[in-house]
Order: sequence, then structure tokens, then C-alpha cells
Amino acid sequence: MSDSKSLRNYVAPHLRDIPRSGIRDFFEIVSGRKGIISLGIGEPDFMTPWHIREAAIYSLDRGATTYTSNRGLMSLRKAIARYIEEEFQVAYRPDDEILITVGVSEALDLAIRALVSPGDEVMYHEPCYVSYNPVIRFAHAVPVAVTTRPENGFALTREMLEAQVTPRTRVLILNFPTNPTGAILTQSQREDIARFAVAHDLVVITDEIYSELTYDGAERGTIAACPGMRDRTILLHGFSKGWAMTGFRMGYACAPAELSEAMMKIHQYTMLCAPTLSQEAALEALKTRDDTTHMRQAYEKRRNFIWSSLEEMGLACQRPQGAFYAFPKIDRCGLSSKEFALKLLDEEQVACVPGSAFGECGEGFLRCSYATDLEAIKEAMTRLARMVKRLASP
Amino acid sequence: MDDLLKLLQLNARETPANLARLLNASETEVAARIAAYEQSGVIRGYQALINKDQLDLDLVHAVIEIKITPEREGGFNRLAERLSKFSEVESLYLMSGTYDLLAFVAGRNLKEVALFVSEKLATCEGIVSTATHFMLKTYKEHGVLMEEREQDERLQVTP
Repeated sequence: MSDSKSLRNYVAPHLRDIPRSGIRDFFEIVSGRKGIISLGIGEPDFMTPWHIREAAIYSLDRGATTYTSNRGLMSLRKAIARYIEEEFQVAYRPDDEILITVGVSEALDLAIRALVSPGDEVMYHEPCYVSYNPVIRFAHAVPVAVTTRPENGFALTREMLEAQVTPRTRVLILNFPTNPTGAILTQSQREDIARFAVAHDLVVITDEIYSELTYDGAERGTIAACPGMRDRTILLHGFSKGWAMTGFRMGYACAPAELSEAMMKIHQYTMLCAPTLSQEAALEALKTRDDTTHMRQAYEKRRNFIWSSLEEMGLACQRPQGAFYAFPKIDRCGLSSKEFALKLLDEEQVACVPGSAFGECGEGFLRCSYATDLEAIKEAMTRLARMVKRLASP
Repeated sequence: MDDLLKLLQLNARETPANLARLLNASETEVAARIAAYEQSGVIRGYQALINKDQLDLDLVHAVIEIKITPEREGGFNRLAERLSKFSEVESLYLMSGTYDLLAFVAGRNLKEVALFVSEKLATCEGIVSTATHFMLKTYKEHGVLMEEREQDERLQVTP
């Protein structure tokens, strides 16, 4: 290993071939610049509510610094079971169907590794969160991206899935509300996808991380509650977005016992247990619904603002129904996503993530996060409008 | 409280155009609703929230607990209305517990407030006793922290 150039040969080939995340590339361009207004941040601007932080401090005070059981604190699993049943009308046993993880990221990795063999196909919808494709490839499986389009609200339909399913397809990943499009599914769309999953004998992994944040009074629901789905669904959720607890790294997986046990096998040897301090904080977080309600109301007003502003400046944008992102189409300006984002950064000091970071079909779009205070959003919209106007009349 | 009032309470200077965008309503509708609130007295005025500690004003603030004898007709109201008329009294509340009225009072110095209490308040007929507490520092007022705002410590771009 003396020659550093040859070290690359020691990296496992399936890892070597995975490109760096587009977000990381863009982050390196942005970081270090002063006076930037960033709409590029995929985490809440709210601080974790004080009573949750205080509970974490109190747990340190009384010395809760040891391991918990592999699955996590029983009191937290019970609280999660109650929450999921009340919010989603689907019941899981705290003893053997709920597993506390280090964020949804760990839970997703566990679920994929527990389900696939090399060469199996995993379907997911694009544009999407940046980690689905690589996590599938880490498990030596084959990612199959299904393109969603603004014309039908970036929703996923059975027809789109039927066109790409094969005998090797084992798993379908869903993420509604979606990062970066803000799309949600209606109950009938969910039921359609459920029938597809049953017909092709697939397991569905549903990433519900943004499910507290839906707007216009949209009804809450999960595919896990659709007929025939509970026993073929792994429901992933966590506290990062709805409770503004990203740094606590608190996620969980609800799954039928046999699937949960398979995930647990990996978790117990690789992670042992999620941080005790964070579990104590999560337990406090579930004691009230006020925190999530209060933050959702604030995001909804900002969503209204940013969407109206984009429309007014002539950028077509699907009205986001959930999460905290707007995903306007910018290709009529004659630039690629990345060129547009760089120009916006250079000329107006506003950072937005190019849509292409979220999959090939995100080309021509820009992700604008509204998890930022209203004054910053107003200024960013003024600057964006100025640039769009300049591009329209050169 | 409706969303329009909540937004105005956060920032009374928000323009009608922005309020319309935030509430998914038209500008005319927003203007009409504000006018109706102003007319009915729900909105009683618009003020700037000033951090007086930063201004080196020669002002002292005090909180005064006041015990009074309620009157047969009028209860606490007549005396409370009378006290409200003093320009030194910035806020006045009827309270439950060991005293009856709580007054927030401002003056140029300790002596001025002390004189106001001993000469104007304590001598009012019906006032049984007063207890004066001087305020030393404001940390939070109307839900707003008076300290410097914390920096946003998030990374500039995250997935």
C-alpha cells in the first residue's frame, strides 16, 4: 500500500463506481461563501422544542448513559406503537415489531440489506432523496428508478410501475410527502400501488419521514394500512423533520415480526442500540402533538408564500402538498439545473440545489427549501425574480 | 385567533401583498379583513417592540402589587380605571391571589417612581397597601427574546 494512487484499487468495486452525491458537490461550491441566503437546507430551521431538549438534559442528569436493549427503550416503543396506531390506523407490537434506529437512514439500510440478494431489483420513484440509489447498490442490488412528472403532481401510478417491474423485482420504496418535490399520494393512488405490490408479491418500504408536514388539510395515510399491505410493508419514520430533531438521529422501523427480526440481526451487530440520550428525548417528543402542529402551520404559510412568488415570476411549480420544498421548473430559462443554480449563487448569492442532484429526471428543476425564516425567503424570492427577469430579456 | 392576526402579531409591518401570499388570499380580501379588525377594536394599534436596555434611556420600570378594598357597586373597576389614567402606568391587570391589581409603571429614576407610589397611588381612597419591585433587565417581551439572535448553525446545503 505504499503508492497512494493504487489505494483506489483496494476500495470495493461496487463502491468505487458510485459517484459522489450532487448535494455534496454543490455544498463544496457554496461553503465558505459569505452573505449567502440558503434555500438549500434539507432540515428544519426550528430549534428542537425546549421541553424535548430539557428532557434530554434531565436524562443525562440522572445518568441515563448506558446501552438500552437492542430494539430500544420499551417505553419509547410503546409510545411509538400508540402514535402510529392513532395517526395511521395500523397496529404494531412494541416487543417484536418496532425497532429504534439511528435515523431513518439506518432503518432504510437495514431494510434493504434484510430483503435483497445480489442482482435483485429495487424500484423507487425519482426525483427522490439522494440515498435510495446508493443504499440499494451497497447491498449489491439493482436500482430501478421510476420517473414521476409534474403533469400529474409527481405522483406514482400503477401504470408507471407496471412498465418497469420484472421477475427480479423484490422491493418498492415509497417516500410521500417527497423530498424534493413535495408530492403526496391520495388514498386511491395508495390503494392502486398496494394492489400492484400484492400482484407482484413485493415488499414495500415506505419512508414516512415528512408525514407530519402535509398541507391544505390533506388526509394522513400510509400504504401499510391498505388491504393486504401490513404484512408486506416496512414503515420507516423518525423525529428529524416533524419535531426538528435532525441532530438527535432518531428513527424507527415498524414491520411484521419476521422482517423486523431480520433487520434486528444487522442492527444488533452493527449499531447495538440507538443513542440512549436521543431515545429519552424522543419519548418526550411524543407526549404532545403541539410541536408538530405549530411547525406545520408555519411551513404552510411559507409554502403559500414561496409558491405564489414562483408563479408570479413565471416559474411553473407544482403546488407542494407536503415536506418543505418547492420544485419549480427552470428549463425555459435556457440553462441546465446546475448552470442555473451556479448563476443564482454567483449573481444573487442565493443557494438552491440543482434538481439533477435528485436523479436524472430532476434536470430542469431547482429545489427551494422553505425550512428557513420568512424574511430570508422573501429576500431570496426577490433576488430569484430579479435573475429570472434578466434571463428573460437579455 | 385567526392566521391573519397571528401574522400581524409576529410582524405588524408585513405588507398586504405578502400577507395575501402567505394566506393564499387576495390582497383586497386581506385589506378588508384588517380594516374590519381595526374598526371593531380587535386591533387596537401597532407598536414597535423596542429593546430599551440598549438605548441608555434614563428610565426605570417597576411592577407594583396593589391591594384594594372592592366597592359595593363597581367592584374593582372604578379604582382600576382611575389608576389607568396616570401616564406613569403602562399596563394594569386585575389579579387573583394575595393582591388585587398589578401595575407596570415607568419613571425617570427610582425617586420619581417612589414618589408616584407614595403620593399618588398609596393615597388613593380604597388602596390598602402596595409593594413595589424594580425591574433590572428584560430578557423576553411579547414572546421576543431581547438578547442577540442566535446564528443559524446548519450547514448551507444538506440533502
